[in-house]
Amino acid sequence: MKEKSPLSLVTRIGRSLGGGTMGTLTLLLVSLWVVFALVIGERFFSVNTLQSMAFQMPELGILSLAMMLALLSGGLNLSIIATANLTGLTIAFVLTRTVPGSEGMAWVGWQLLAIAAGFGVAGLIGLVNGYVIAYLGVSPILATLGTMTLCKGIAIGLTRGNVISGFPDPIIFIGNGTIFGVPFALVVFALCAVPVAILLNATPFGAKVYMIGSNEKATRYSGVDTRAVLLRLYVYSSLLAGVAALVMMARFNSANAAYGESYLLVTILAAVLGGVDPFGGFGKVGGLILALVILQMISSAFNLLNLSQFLTLAIWGGILIAVAAVPHLRALLRR
Amino acid sequence: MPDSLKAPSVKAALARFRRSHEFWLLAVILVLCAGLGAANPQFLTMQNLFDLLTSYAFVGILALGLLVVLIAGGIDISFTATASVAQYVALVIANAYGANWFSLFAMAIGTGVALGAVNALFVQKLRIPSIIVSVATLNIFYGLLIFVTGGKYIYSLPDWFATGIFWFEFDWGPTSSYGVNLQILILGIGFLVTWLLLNRTNIGRQVYAMGGNPDAAQRLGFHTFRLNMLVYCYMGAMAGAASLVQAQLAQSVAPTVLVGKELDVVAAVVLGGASLAGGVGTVLGTFLGLALLAVLQNGLILLGVSSYWSPLFVGLVILISVSVTAWSQRERRARRVRA
Amino acid sequence: MTPFLDMSRISKRFGGVHALRNVDLTLQTGEVHCLVGENGSGKSTLIKIISGVQAPEPGGRISIAGQDYPHLNPVRSTHCGIQVIYQDLSLFPNLTVAENIAIGQHLGGVRRVDWAAMSVIALNAMAKVGAEFDPDTKVAELPIAGRQLVAICRALAADAKLIIMDEPTASLTRHEVDALIALVSELKRAGMCIVFVSHRLDEVLEIAERVTVLRDGVKVGTFDADTIDSRKLSHLMTGHAFDYDIHPYRLAAAPVVLELQGLGRDGDYEDVDLTLRAGEILGLTGLLGSGRTELALSLFGMNPPDRGVILLDGQPVSLASNAEAIRKGIAYVPEDRLTLGLILDQSITSNITLTVLGRLAGRLGLITAGTRNGHVTQWVSRLGIKVSDPENPVKTLSGGNQQRVVLAKWMATNPRVLILDSPTVGVDISAKDGIYDIIRQLADAGVAVLLISDEIPEVLYHSHRVLVMRHGRLTLDVPSSQTSEPALRQAVNA
Repeated sequence: MKEKSPLSLVTRIGRSLGGGTMGTLTLLLVSLWVVFALVIGERFFSVNTLQSMAFQMPELGILSLAMMLALLSGGLNLSIIATANLTGLTIAFVLTRTVPGSEGMAWVGWQLLAIAAGFGVAGLIGLVNGYVIAYLGVSPILATLGTMTLCKGIAIGLTRGNVISGFPDPIIFIGNGTIFGVPFALVVFALCAVPVAILLNATPFGAKVYMIGSNEKATRYSGVDTRAVLLRLYVYSSLLAGVAALVMMARFNSANAAYGESYLLVTILAAVLGGVDPFGGFGKVGGLILALVILQMISSAFNLLNLSQFLTLAIWGGILIAVAAVPHLRALLRR
Repeated sequence: MPDSLKAPSVKAALARFRRSHEFWLLAVILVLCAGLGAANPQFLTMQNLFDLLTSYAFVGILALGLLVVLIAGGIDISFTATASVAQYVALVIANAYGANWFSLFAMAIGTGVALGAVNALFVQKLRIPSIIVSVATLNIFYGLLIFVTGGKYIYSLPDWFATGIFWFEFDWGPTSSYGVNLQILILGIGFLVTWLLLNRTNIGRQVYAMGGNPDAAQRLGFHTFRLNMLVYCYMGAMAGAASLVQAQLAQSVAPTVLVGKELDVVAAVVLGGASLAGGVGTVLGTFLGLALLAVLQNGLILLGVSSYWSPLFVGLVILISVSVTAWSQRERRARRVRA
Repeated sequence: MTPFLDMSRISKRFGGVHALRNVDLTLQTGEVHCLVGENGSGKSTLIKIISGVQAPEPGGRISIAGQDYPHLNPVRSTHCGIQVIYQDLSLFPNLTVAENIAIGQHLGGVRRVDWAAMSVIALNAMAKVGAEFDPDTKVAELPIAGRQLVAICRALAADAKLIIMDEPTASLTRHEVDALIALVSELKRAGMCIVFVSHRLDEVLEIAERVTVLRDGVKVGTFDADTIDSRKLSHLMTGHAFDYDIHPYRLAAAPVVLELQGLGRDGDYEDVDLTLRAGEILGLTGLLGSGRTELALSLFGMNPPDRGVILLDGQPVSLASNAEAIRKGIAYVPEDRLTLGLILDQSITSNITLTVLGRLAGRLGLITAGTRNGHVTQWVSRLGIKVSDPENPVKTLSGGNQQRVVLAKWMATNPRVLILDSPTVGVDISAKDGIYDIIRQLADAGVAVLLISDEIPEVLYHSHRVLVMRHGRLTLDVPSSQTSEPALRQAVNA
């Protein structure tokens, strides 16, 4: 019984919650919740607070899903923000050309057409990324750095850095509406997260992605067309960025070439905090969601406490280091 | 192999250079320069060359630090935050207590080294991958800086600093005169020191060796802890030096404008042939990578292309050059298998 | 004469496990000594103690050149002239040959690099082993045999008196092994003591003067090489006797599954004619680089032939990818289990299901946990894989169990042609037997097996018919019952 260290209770609870990162994150979430509840009190549980949390999380959440997909395969997608902005601008551009009427089939159809055009652009960027990475063998960081700059260039060139704004109500609703008190954006996030989780955990495609992330060559020797899998993966990643674009433009009622750029490294932070191995092969959607909730909770609590949002950034960084250090510290304690 | 032993080694070295990444990069840059020079005579003037060096000094100095980290097998993207902190600390103290060139650089570089050491400790003592550490410390350094300073710009700088330096002045034609300014001086020193470190000292060779095969380095008794410490501190020192270069050029301390420029630096270094897998990369390559980006952006402006379109061309060049490199490597590998 | 190294009563415990128990070892100056034993027998622990990486338990005695030490450390050990060449060679691929050989010049505090001195050191060491590279070449550009020479040069440049080589022949061709053996005897004449650690018992007996056998952390004994043979040696290593009989050839009537007519690919192989019948185990042997692996990859759709025909069940097929080969009932177990055969970091479950994901998917293309686990449980029990939890990474298994996972993964595709490339490399002798059993059962169930190996006894005793490949051409096709080890060896090396 000599290994009865202070962590042993922690690890036992952690293991019963699924072990590893999931356990650590759940524990962290609960303790943060308790701390904030004690410090802030009632306001922390108000409907307003919860709703504002639920409004803010989806953008970062969907973008993090897009980043996570690429990370799982051992890659990286630096072009998600640029893709989102170009997609947003495409949708905004089509929407603001002519809107036939203010109701009726043509009106709805035009909006759907705008969204379809946006996703077409997102899909195309995904195809370029996927082709260059999978078929030409360019390292993902370089390829997506290239497409990132390229997409941003197209967006800035066409808009001269200006904002396109003024969208019809249904589009605004995506970012600002609620259904039974639940922000619609959160519903959109769920509509992304659930299929991605199923795709990764319960389909042949998902299994192949994890295997490629650990050892692409051995996966190819097992009869998997790894290039086709990667191509598809980067298209999915791009399409998710497209969904994020829709939520973002709807929330701001505008689109621009430079929205959300500070999100880029935060998506990596969120994914890695959620247990995604930055070198590929491991990570679950559940972990990512826990990480997102933790990040959002800290941000909202600091907001209520009137602390700077930049202090939030610093705390996020600190939490990432702390969680990433847990496996090593645990190993040290065991020894 | 025996015949290559007999051949003069200069010839062998030349043959090796022709096969290298740097050779292709140089060729692309020369073609680009020739074309731009023909299209606009202003491109190939001393004036333009000095302007280019001055405006790319900040990215270039950071690229040198990142190069050393990448060669050692790590990565650091917290350098923009490090630079912001170093700039603020050094110039706030200089404003309050006075300073000279030496003490100002000592403060900025010292701050950078300290923050680099924090990165190194996290990587080494907590065994966290460097990409995670530096994503985290980027947020920590930057978040705390803005939290403490409120993100206020500083416009009043010491006079001697605002004036800068202008060495080796010489006239070129009736109207223009050139000299070495602070940016060019520090950039030059940075290249020289980094080249000496990597190619002329055993420590630099240890950095290459460790990046090429970390397990073997451990087995052969390298002090990998000290080496990593050195590498991340060197990155911090470069960030400190670059921060002053940037503040002098901008004539202000702007804590919020540097963060977000990480990927420009990464682009220069990886275009220059450094690999994220470690062990690969040269000072010459980094210079050429930087030169390619600089020439391209500058050339587009001189060609009268609106600056709004310049990222588009930069993106295209990055994408095309990395694709061609990857494709040609694949071809060479395929030929070797069949031979 | 005092021995170079004399160790006695060396023990080492890890937790409660005895890795070594009272082992004695004596190494003479100018001796070639082999250390053999199965995985986990304590060989690598013993090497680590000699090289000073690990300290033995108190009570042991180590004496080097007459000087006693309670234990060693890496610096002291290097100082005494002990150099270990690990299986991965521990070279720096991105540095030049000269830097790798004279790496000692790079160690220590800040100093200018003396390129000229390094070049002199390197050329001197290279002259001793007769190597002729350009010292400015990067090591990454050398072939494996060249890198091995660089590693030996590095040991020599560090004033080695004892060189320990861990599995030095694992990735060398026979020709290169011969060159290595010649070099070793030269070094021995120069007064060097060489310790070989090897799995290949034939080579061990060829090179060594004395052989020390370890089993379960205990020394079985030290023997003069000319008093034992490989059969006895394997008995000493495992504690069991393995005697195999040659398979009688009795399959002339079974239908031909795979037939090759005039298959050729530039630079790989030429004019390959071959028939493989249902239930037949066809052995294919040849040197590394003889074209055998390239031929196997062509049959698996990964290395398209330039000419000739592949017939499956008498029908010509073209195999554009390995996915198509798998669909047509061909499976391939690659030689390099650790980097190509398995995905080591991922779970046993993921590895076993990788080849049949499409089949396991049910409605809507989803794979349920039940289906997946059912599939894994079935194969784990069918192949007797020793697994505590199938969700553990496959790298936690022993070599033999790992290879069973590979076999399960391919057997699950219901292959009619199974190509096995060196299926027992890195597998303990006792675990090899289990693998041979599985192969035999597969053949009995009607699978056509192509067994590729460079271990001649393996193909001779475990195939019905043996092919020999040399320089890309099949030079011998003979039923096992009509040939012998020496005859095959001659055919391979002639």
